[in-house]
Amino acid sequence: MNTRDNSWPDRLFEMLKRGGVRQVGYVPDAGHTRLIDRCCADDEIRDVALTTEEEGVALAAGAWLGGERAALLMQSSGVGNCVNMFSLARTCRFPLLMFITMRGEWEEFNPWQVPMGSIVDPVLKLCEAEVYRVHTPEEVAGAAERAVQQAFGGERIAAVILSQQLIGKKVWTK
Amino acid sequence: MRLERRAAMAVLLADRGDDLLVIPGLGSTAWDAAAAGDNDRNFYLWGAMGGAAMIGLGLALAQPKRRVAVITGDGEMLMGLGSLATIGIQRPRNLAVIVFDNGVYGETGMQPSHTQSGVDLIGVAGACGIGTCLDVRDEEALADLARRLKDLGETLFARVLIAAEEPPRVLPLRDGVALKERFRTAIGVKP
Repeated sequence: MNTRDNSWPDRLFEMLKRGGVRQVGYVPDAGHTRLIDRCCADDEIRDVALTTEEEGVALAAGAWLGGERAALLMQSSGVGNCVNMFSLARTCRFPLLMFITMRGEWEEFNPWQVPMGSIVDPVLKLCEAEVYRVHTPEEVAGAAERAVQQAFGGERIAAVILSQQLIGKKVWTK
Repeated sequence: MRLERRAAMAVLLADRGDDLLVIPGLGSTAWDAAAAGDNDRNFYLWGAMGGAAMIGLGLALAQPKRRVAVITGDGEMLMGLGSLATIGIQRPRNLAVIVFDNGVYGETGMQPSHTQSGVDLIGVAGACGIGTCLDVRDEEALADLARRLKDLGETLFARVLIAAEEPPRVLPLRDGVALKERFRTAIGVKP
């Protein structure tokens, strides 16, 4: 069966463009492959590959200081890498727009993904993020639009969490 | 020979011009920058350890016509060492990362940092692809760095060897929202 709508990364990309995002920081991630490719191919977007996700929190703050909008793409494990750096966004009310792909929650083969994956939502909420959980392709555009508005309109942390059901399980044997 | 930190900061920020934007890293370099004269175009860090260079990168990319100087300590730089790799592949022409290296964590009681045991930040920056990497150990080299800072042609990294001392603290504004808003207003981005 292959009726899954796999075009949802394009909805995220369209929302980044419509939201005027000019810098996109990311740590390479399978679930974000298409969105990263589209950002890299876009002349108006500066794609910034990071060594760790917390760099992207600081990058977004610097972008906003300079009058630009940034977004941060990561996998669920990256949330844990960001927790202290979120203090920068919280203390100074920097906009922080994040699109987070989930691991460790649905048909996960790798148990090492579970400890962080299982606490992503509460960790983000403790860090005062607005969290938008997405399970189906139909929900993606609406959630991303609200997150863009919340981040840049309200100068807040906003996270769209893309569930593993949406992304599909990682294929381990080919 | 090691330079005196307050005097070194004063040399770097003298006649800075309105187009120099400064990110002082948390701790002593923030006090040094405040002592050199408060400026709306300083975004002092009171936290976010390891993030100074990346804030500078985001700012430099957003403001390509202005110069950006991150001036931070060796401990702060060590916590964000990966950001030198990230900057090394972006290489904005208008970004300078300057590390005041005294080999100790001054704010927490002068415990030794990795640089005291031989970790070479200049070597790291060069290996990450940053084009100009300077070792500033005397007044002459400091004056040269100050001149280069006035007219950046490529991404620059400088290690400024300073003495481990604790001059009296000069504390800048610490309200993060106010620091952000006054910075953005000063450079004329949307209030």
